[in-house]
Amino acid sequence: MNNSDFDWKPVALVPLLALLVFPLIGSGSTWLTLTVAGLAMGLIIFVIASGLTLVFGLMDVLNFGHGLFIALGAFVATTVLGSMSDWTQSDELWRNLVAVLPAMLVAMLVAGAVGLAFERFIVKPVYGQHLKQILITMGGMIIGEELIKVIWGPQQIPLPLPEAMRGSILIGDAAIEKYRIIAVVVGLIVFGALVWTLNKTKIGLLIRAGVQDREMVESLGYRIRRLFIGVFVMGSALAGLGGVMWGLYQQTVTPQMGAQVNVLIFIVIIIGGLGSTAGALIGALLVGLMANYTGFLAPKVALFSNIALMAAILLWRPQGVYPVANR
Amino acid sequence: MSANLLTLSGVHTHIGPYHILHGVDLVVPRGEVTLLLGRNGAGKTTTLRTIMGLWRASKGTLTFDGTDITALSTPEIAERNIAYVPENMGIFADLTVRENMLLAARGAASEKQMDQQRLQWIFGLFPPVQKFWNFSAGKLSGGQKQMLAVARAIVEPRALLIVDEPSKGLAPSIVNNMIDAFAQLKKTGVTILLVEQNFGFARRLGDSVAVMDNGVVVHSGSMLALSEDAALQNSLLGLAI
Repeated sequence: MNNSDFDWKPVALVPLLALLVFPLIGSGSTWLTLTVAGLAMGLIIFVIASGLTLVFGLMDVLNFGHGLFIALGAFVATTVLGSMSDWTQSDELWRNLVAVLPAMLVAMLVAGAVGLAFERFIVKPVYGQHLKQILITMGGMIIGEELIKVIWGPQQIPLPLPEAMRGSILIGDAAIEKYRIIAVVVGLIVFGALVWTLNKTKIGLLIRAGVQDREMVESLGYRIRRLFIGVFVMGSALAGLGGVMWGLYQQTVTPQMGAQVNVLIFIVIIIGGLGSTAGALIGALLVGLMANYTGFLAPKVALFSNIALMAAILLWRPQGVYPVANR
Repeated sequence: MSANLLTLSGVHTHIGPYHILHGVDLVVPRGEVTLLLGRNGAGKTTTLRTIMGLWRASKGTLTFDGTDITALSTPEIAERNIAYVPENMGIFADLTVRENMLLAARGAASEKQMDQQRLQWIFGLFPPVQKFWNFSAGKLSGGQKQMLAVARAIVEPRALLIVDEPSKGLAPSIVNNMIDAFAQLKKTGVTILLVEQNFGFARRLGDSVAVMDNGVVVHSGSMLALSEDAALQNSLLGLAI
């Protein structure tokens, strides 16, 4: 009856999936490489999706424009890193990090600021109207993409990894790309910060309560709309950070990259249970692993695999792996 | 200072196309326990939700402690030291009992900043709140949840406590516990407005009473007078006690 009753079954799905595919892959080194790649991809997706799931949980807002902040973050990174080529081309990791960290911070600031405007001018007029939310936020993303083309041009822009982040580390016969390890570390730091904020601060307590029953939170005297704006801005900033990470992962950025990732993050938050941060993490890890395993084992079904994963999870738990109480 | 803490004058409420309240006139005297009675669908819950601003009054005025609160938002109304326990109790099931209580303590950023003396007093009123302090609120029984809901509402001193059907679905021993708790709360000077279906519960607690039917208050007066008038009870509530 106490908190030790935490439901571990969804958590167990991640190692279970990894172990199930091991005999199919055959080679231990290939399996390790794919698993680390899947975890890195999953954690990047989690960084992007964590804000979106809270935005939906708090105010029932379906923001299909979330992808805009991903693309924006990535394009800002091309500008910041492009202006620091002396640092990115250095062989020393610390000099590379001196370039990447400001790129991430500026991307978060720009995505957060645009997120604030997006919420005030696009989302606010359609509170409580799901169909209009879908249409107007998708419209907002299309306009945002066009503005990105105006500023950075319509073409694909390379976003090369800084020098010391390229290449692989050998663990036995397995080659693990350095950047994937960095992505895992950054993803875990963001997850840790989110967990700490949500569980150890009053603001976090309010967010968790608001996701369950926003009317009751208001009845206790808290202005949930202000809280929502804060969460929307933070979610946009995290999407900007995720955009930098995703851009460096792909090493190219396009104005449409946000729309492409949008599909994955909606799968993630549906698998996780709308409004659930822990669920978003599990969903993101499953999606990341599934994409990498099927990409290796059966490339032709790779695109379909995550939809199949979502369908299977929903057959097991129709509200997602961690449904939010009272919703 | 007015003798009435809360006054509703000619309050109408629409929910979508439905006209629920048809001009409610209600006074809640300061420092007393007022019972709002009536059959299902009479408009009692709608009246409470309208007081809290969860549904907007389309006509009429609501005055709290001399201030017009008709147009205020729910948080602004709650900030005037009005606590509300809805019919579904509004417990945050995914949070612990401690977190539910901390959330309601607006002045405290952490458990340490909560008024420990008041907390001990609340534990005395509702022992399960202390017993299950670090337990998930969603796992509590119905009676324990109701105790938590009321405990949460009074975690800080309130001027008005509004509770929707506190005895609903509770075992008789828990109902007695609730009655004792409300009686103790009343002694602290807090004004209480209760919606109740259980007339036995209402009779033991109420100083004044208002009976609703079809979205209007059809009777108001002292609880003593109503409890001694079987014919009136029968005509207003369909009771034969």
